[in-house]
Amino acid sequence: MKKEKKNKTYTIAVCGVLTALAMIFGYIESLIPIPVPIPGMKLGIANIAILTVLYAVGPWEALIINMIRITLTSMMFGNFNSFLFSMAGGILSMLVMILLRKMNQFSMTGVSVAGGVAHNIGQIGAAMVIMGTSAIIYYLPVLLITGVVAGIVIGIVGAMVTKRVKLGTKLEN
Amino acid sequence: MFKKKDLILIGVMLILCVISYVAIQFFVKKDGSRVLVKVDGMVKYEHQLNQDTELTVQGYQGGENHIVIHDGKVSMTDADCPDKLCVNMGKISKTGETIVCLPHRVVVEITGAGDGVDSVVQ
Repeated sequence: MKKEKKNKTYTIAVCGVLTALAMIFGYIESLIPIPVPIPGMKLGIANIAILTVLYAVGPWEALIINMIRITLTSMMFGNFNSFLFSMAGGILSMLVMILLRKMNQFSMTGVSVAGGVAHNIGQIGAAMVIMGTSAIIYYLPVLLITGVVAGIVIGIVGAMVTKRVKLGTKLEN
Repeated sequence: MFKKKDLILIGVMLILCVISYVAIQFFVKKDGSRVLVKVDGMVKYEHQLNQDTELTVQGYQGGENHIVIHDGKVSMTDADCPDKLCVNMGKISKTGETIVCLPHRVVVEITGAGDGVDSVVQ
């Protein structure tokens, strides 16, 4: 990965736009009904924006934007419970994605799949601690497979968005 | 769009998924005998699965969940949570099966006869 000096104004602007995008995705997601009654199951379309930040700006910006997104979205559309579950999933998935991105072995699809699965594992872990029951792990297989499928789709879309965000600049990896 | 390692990663995830599914089907699921209702991690009600009853549980920070035990099966018949996922979960009767209402932090859990002590100590 080439280390290039990035224009600060560009970085701030892109971060702002993508934070807004992530929040709108979060809102749209809350409007889509999920046919399968599994707690904590989500499409994770907000991850499209986060993945774009990870690739077009940088890993730490992505981590911070993800935490801001979760805080703001929970304040507007959720409650304290959903904040805790999302935060646990969000931080775990972010760390896994940053690690895989640094390893440089996977494409965005692979990074997104690992992130989606890590998000679901983080949520289930938080739910097990908060609700005081280990039986929730029963949902793990379903959440793993949905994490993989959603991760593939989001990785592909995220790659398209990243390409276009990078088009306006001379930044290339 | 896909690298070879992506596909390996996806494959590993799918294998893990199958393994955990099989493990849960064969080792965790048995016919249950007791029903535990937990709110915010605390056991609030405990009931025999073979005795029909109905109870209303107060969720964490308000909210109500209506639980019915009938014919050895438990179901959440009504709740005032926003998503109603718990109501749509249907009936449960095997150990390890749960009905979870995340907004109210309510868990309905089935346990076997032997592991009742463990679940309380937990």
